Amino acid sequence: ASPLAGKPSDYKVDEKLTPKEAVTTYNNFYEFGVNKEDPSQNAGSFKPTPWSIKVDGLVGKPKEFGLDELMKMSLEDRTYRMRCVEGWSMVIPWIGFPLSAILDQVEPQGSAKYVSFETVVRPEEMPGQKGFFQPLPWPYVEGLRLDEARNPLTILAVGLYGETLPNQNGAPIRLVVPWKYGFKSIKSIVKISLVEKQPQTTWKNSNAREYGFYSNVNPAVDHPRWSQATEQRIGEGGLFGSNRHPTLPFNGYADQVASLYAGMDLKANY
Amino acid sequence: MATFPALPRRYHSASIWGLYIVGLCPAAWYFYQASTGGLGFNPVKEFEHVIGIWALRFIIATLAITPLRDLATINWVRYRRALGLIAFYYVLIHFAVYLLLDLQLNFGAVGSDIVRRPYITIGFGCLLMLIPLAVTSNNWSIRKLGHGWIKLHKLIYLIAAGGALHYVLAVKSVTLVPFIHVALIALLLAYRSVRKPIMDRKRARKNLGQPARAAR
Repeated sequence: ASPLAGKPSDYKVDEKLTPKEAVTTYNNFYEFGVNKEDPSQNAGSFKPTPWSIKVDGLVGKPKEFGLDELMKMSLEDRTYRMRCVEGWSMVIPWIGFPLSAILDQVEPQGSAKYVSFETVVRPEEMPGQKGFFQPLPWPYVEGLRLDEARNPLTILAVGLYGETLPNQNGAPIRLVVPWKYGFKSIKSIVKISLVEKQPQTTWKNSNAREYGFYSNVNPAVDHPRWSQATEQRIGEGGLFGSNRHPTLPFNGYADQVASLYAGMDLKANY
Repeated sequence: MATFPALPRRYHSASIWGLYIVGLCPAAWYFYQASTGGLGFNPVKEFEHVIGIWALRFIIATLAITPLRDLATINWVRYRRALGLIAFYYVLIHFAVYLLLDLQLNFGAVGSDIVRRPYITIGFGCLLMLIPLAVTSNNWSIRKLGHGWIKLHKLIYLIAAGGALHYVLAVKSVTLVPFIHVALIALLLAYRSVRKPIMDRKRARKNLGQPARAAR
């Protein structure tokens, strides 16, 4: 990771940052293994450069964005809460730019209703993608509704803590959607497509009862195997001081995003 | 078949006490790790999980005693009670971590977990079923219960199957480590269903062999 600076922005939560060491060693990135320490231990040989993202589908101007061009976008500091579906959370200072900035460049057509995303497949650099017992089918895919994708909170992150993204955090470029469970924020993106129908998403395909397309953070809707009412802030407390925080609707971003779901049954559309 | 070097009788009792000490070492080690930052940034969960996996390992060891004696002529039956009890202690620690450190005595949450989440229902059921086994693990109960003791202790098969299911349902995806544990339990339980024919054949061969040797 090399130094990277973003412009200050108003998008920041006034809570204690999760220590950088925790942010970079406690990760879910199954392409590098299923244990929390696996990504930081196994991502050393991953090559985040050169890189490009192909943006296609229902767009007026399909385009392949090189990493240099993406790094020259107007980068901002964004300090967001991150809530994992597993019941833990962090506060992370990201550096990135609104996803809408590149969507605007490709000119989505009127028929485009959703955005789908795809992670790189490189078994030779990502040990979780080879051998028996691969935890998920690859590539990892995710999706958003177009209005969710265009919300100003939705960013493509290229750095954290004043540096370019470490490999284990989704180098060189990843999505961050702070009001949804962490698995929606797909890492190491190589492809973005504008589509008409709700796209396939990896965890929903794997277990639709437990992981929905929307996956908005919602303390009132339990995961079938655990309550989502509270969360463990990573790096706070130890073995005996595990002080759980109450989980907030839309992870505390209800003011900015609740209107996206006006009239929707959030229990059915979990 | 090579015979396993037998431990002199006078060391039997000491070796059983040694097994208790060695068996509880992982718990002590991970407790030390968890309280000094060695288990990463979510020590409660890590500690809870690793203790649960060790409980399964001791259940696997308990189930392995019979096939070891049948098939490899290694008689470690004297260690079976200790292995079973150590498994019980790990299950107790696993539950205590969940109750005290994870949910911090939020009994409402514990109750709703047990009622509404099948993998926790199953895990809790296994803990309950282990209690009568642990309570009747002493020599007095064995004498007192007679044949009923053997029947009662067959519950370990259900507990082992439940423990394996609890593990599989608790993980997000079944990778190598859960697979190995579950496969071993499945294998050891499946052995029970073929044990009788195997032993009958062994006994028959032995009976045939004896007079032949005597005639020579």
